[in-house]
Amino acid sequence: MQLTNRELWTLIHGMGLGALFLLAFAGGLAGFYSLRPEWLTSAGIRERIARLDIGTVVMAIVAWLTVITGTWIVYPWYRARPPEGATELEEYPRYFLLANEHLAEWHHFGMEWKEHIAWIAPYLATVVAFGAVYYGRRLAYEPAVRRLLMWVFIAAFVIAGIAGLFGALITKAAPIL
Amino acid sequence: MVVNTERVDIAVTERDVLDRDEVMVAKPDGPLAAVLLAAGIGSFALGLFTTLAEASSGFRDRLVLNAGVGPLSGKTVWATVIFVVAWTVLHAQLRHRDALLRSATIAFVILTLLGLLGTFPIFFQAFAPE
Repeated sequence: MQLTNRELWTLIHGMGLGALFLLAFAGGLAGFYSLRPEWLTSAGIRERIARLDIGTVVMAIVAWLTVITGTWIVYPWYRARPPEGATELEEYPRYFLLANEHLAEWHHFGMEWKEHIAWIAPYLATVVAFGAVYYGRRLAYEPAVRRLLMWVFIAAFVIAGIAGLFGALITKAAPIL
Repeated sequence: MVVNTERVDIAVTERDVLDRDEVMVAKPDGPLAAVLLAAGIGSFALGLFTTLAEASSGFRDRLVLNAGVGPLSGKTVWATVIFVVAWTVLHAQLRHRDALLRSATIAFVILTLLGLLGTFPIFFQAFAPE
C-alpha cells in the first residue's frame, strides 16, 4: 500500500485542505448564528469571538492554500499533454476524458467550472475573516454585519462545495496517477 | 395531600456587565465595505478574464504565465492581483468612512454574480469562435 507523489498532493488538496474548509463551515456558521448578546454573557461573547476569529482566519488561509495547491501543483498533472500517437491515456486525465465521448462533459463542464469558480471562494473567505477580526466583540451588537458575514460565509461554502464535488467526481472518472 | 414545604434558595447573580467600550464604540464600516468591494471586483475580473480568454485566442495566450497551468495561471494571478490592489486602495480611501455597507453590499452582490456568470462554462463557452 503506497501513494505516489501525485496521489499524495491530490489527497492534500482535496481530502486535506478542501475537506477541512468544508467541514469547518458548520462550526463557523453556528458561531455566527449564535453570536447574540441576548443569548450570551460578556465572557461568553469573548470566548465565542476568539474562536470565531481564529476559525475564520484559518478557513481563509485554508481556502487560499486549497486553490493554490490545486492550480499550481495538481492541475498541471491533470492537463499534461500525452506524447504524439499515445493511445494509453490513463496518465493524462484531461485527454482521457476528452477521448471518451461519454466522459468528455466531465472536462467541458465539470473541470472548466471547477477550476474557475473555486478561486472566488478564498476572496469571500477573506471578507469573512477580515470582518470577524475587524469587528471583534462589537460583531455581537451589529446584527446587520453579522448577517452579511454569515451570507458571505455561506456563499464561500457553496462555491467551495461545487468545486469540491466536481473535483471528487472528476477524480473518480479520471484519477491523477 | 402532602405539601412540599422545603424551601429552595435560588441565588440570582448579576449578569456579566459588558465593558463600556464593547457596546458603545461603533466601528466605521468603511474597512468592511472596502474588502467586500475588492472581493466583488476580484470575482468580476476572474469572470471577465475567463470569458475574454474563450473569445480571443490571442488574449488566452497572453494569460499563460506558466506552461503547465496554461491560461488559468494568468486568469487567477491577475484576478488576485486586482483583488489585492483594489482592497489596498479602497481600504486607504474608505477606512474612516461609515454608512457605506448597504451600497457596498449591493455592488458586491452584483459584481460577484457577474463573476460567477463569467466563470460558468455554458456562458463563457458561448463566446468561443466557431
